[in-house]
Amino acid sequence: MSTTPLTPAPAGRVSVPGGPASPTPGPGTADRTARASASWRRVPATVWIAGAFAMLLVIASFAPGLLATADPRAIDLDAPLAPPGPDHWFGTDQSGRDLYSRIVHGTGSSLLIGLGATGVGVGLAVVLGSWAALGGRWADAIIGRGIEVLFAFPILLLAMVFIAVYGPSVQTLILAVGLGIAPGYARMVRAQVMSVRRSGYVQAARALGHHPARILTRHVLPNALRPLLAVLTLGIGQSIVWASGLAFLGFGVAPPSPEWGALLEAGRPYITAAWWLEIIPGLAVLAAALTATVLGRHVESTLEGDRS
Amino acid sequence: MSLSTRHPSPSPTVPPPVHPASAPVSHPASPPASSPAADPVAARDRPPRGNRPSPAAVALAVGRKALGAVFVVWAAATITFLIQVLLPGDRATLLLNQQTGQVQERTPEELAPINEAFGFDDPLIVQYLDFLGGLLRGDLGISYTLYQPVTTVIGDQIAPTVVLTFTALAIAWVIAVVLLVLTARRTPWVSRIFSGLESAAAALPQYWLGIILLVVFALWLGIFPVVSGSGAAGLVLPALTLGIPLAGFLAQVMRTEFERTLDAPFVLTARARGMSDGGVRLRHVLRHSLLPGLSLTGWAVGAQFSAAVIAENVFARPGLGRVLVTAVNGRDLPVVCGVVMLVAVIYVITNLVVDTAYILVDPRLKEAA
Repeated sequence: MSTTPLTPAPAGRVSVPGGPASPTPGPGTADRTARASASWRRVPATVWIAGAFAMLLVIASFAPGLLATADPRAIDLDAPLAPPGPDHWFGTDQSGRDLYSRIVHGTGSSLLIGLGATGVGVGLAVVLGSWAALGGRWADAIIGRGIEVLFAFPILLLAMVFIAVYGPSVQTLILAVGLGIAPGYARMVRAQVMSVRRSGYVQAARALGHHPARILTRHVLPNALRPLLAVLTLGIGQSIVWASGLAFLGFGVAPPSPEWGALLEAGRPYITAAWWLEIIPGLAVLAAALTATVLGRHVESTLEGDRS
Repeated sequence: MSLSTRHPSPSPTVPPPVHPASAPVSHPASPPASSPAADPVAARDRPPRGNRPSPAAVALAVGRKALGAVFVVWAAATITFLIQVLLPGDRATLLLNQQTGQVQERTPEELAPINEAFGFDDPLIVQYLDFLGGLLRGDLGISYTLYQPVTTVIGDQIAPTVVLTFTALAIAWVIAVVLLVLTARRTPWVSRIFSGLESAAAALPQYWLGIILLVVFALWLGIFPVVSGSGAAGLVLPALTLGIPLAGFLAQVMRTEFERTLDAPFVLTARARGMSDGGVRLRHVLRHSLLPGLSLTGWAVGAQFSAAVIAENVFARPGLGRVLVTAVNGRDLPVVCGVVMLVAVIYVITNLVVDTAYILVDPRLKEAA
């Protein structure tokens, strides 16, 4: 590969002249911690807010009782469709159930659907994307074409086909959304693996005679997949939005579950009488998605900053 | 997201933006530094008489794109066929049960006429060829629940969806362009607020935006009808529901290019000639930033069709979205696959048109094509 005369270089600091401007494995640790503490102070306020909200979401998922003000299933027939007020922060639904508590209790399953779908989507994307990048010309051509074909199916429609075939359920929802978001990420992973593979340090490792498997596991995959951390976070937000959209159309989880999408669907018949039943669960979805986006972008820019 | 067709970076032999023949915009003058006399290397690299692509090269590039498009359509058709065939359970049983609203095993005598009518018993390859042949004749099969040709079902409902989609596209472009021309690279806080608004708009879930618009403008203010029907007044809110998030996306991608172009030397030249700020923005900078917006639109047409499904449901508007939701609930696969196939074809055609327009408009992309 490389025709550059190789001088033995200190491990981890090999740079091949003429290679594309490639990240040499970071500066010294002391340097890095100094920069980390400096950047710690520069974290923007939006990231702090998003972080705090993310904490709330985690608490709501694991211990909804801590945040909820009422039993999400307690029916209060004296106060059906009560507007938001001091007794019921977010109002009540047609059976007088407290909307705030229902949203808190629904957090776990909503996040789980988002996480699951992102896991499926990004998992598929990593396999397909790195296979396309590393499997040679034919694998690349076939997978590349396949991704292009999947792009012709909008995410929502792809998911609806899936639901038409297997019927609505949580598993279908997760698989459907995961499959829908996979092609975009697969393309991203492919590009990433490609650029790392062509980078100077991989060429150097190859020239040093390292085994391909070792190069793959030690150099290519870790460097190519690190940016995925940001993508994963962004993907969770995106998946929650898609899943709730599908639930809104009536393809979600069965009604008694207080999952956010299910709340949206259950509130639809009452939209003229009780706007809060639609707008507030939607706000929860939006807030979760924005939180994921802000945190994801922050991780992204931190990673980029690390490499420059 | 899938900005697949964003500018490939110009190849190194072609000097970037200020190449006289390369840009769709006629520049008032090249900046002195890159004039041929001062830069013999650039002059040598430059093909004779500008580099308008030769007709043959354009035809080849467009032909290759068209071939790729045909492949995608064929593959999409094959996938929808496989989905229908590989459906878990027996299709004839499903069909009978959906029609009668029952869930039960069926005797072979009951199933025989259905298998006969739909050709479910034929060997797969025969069914596949029938399916492809049907597609070529514009036949998408027979609906399981309505017993009508899928093309009829779709044809009856497609008009409102097409109107909605294109109105939304137009709205999105108007909002994005006005926002850009007015706010890009102004006082820092103005630019920052508006680019923040754009990201927020792009992130809005359509159903939620739709509900807000419905509650505020139809229920509280009573300006627009709650059930939108097919009149013009009923079109406004659904079109805004689709248009606002898309406008956010469009403005985001175009803003980058817009601000980069504001720094280009020819903009400085134009200003030096005494052109007004508004004139520079409208006549020169805007035209440069149209390209990323155009390629996003190619992608967005497909996505808009699926977003239309949501908007039509929020506003109880007739259209393909209603058909699709009913079909998914009734597991009416030929209709579901027909709609999906249609959207895929629309997506492929728009992208082909956008790519072709690109090659014609911007010769730099000829080699990359």
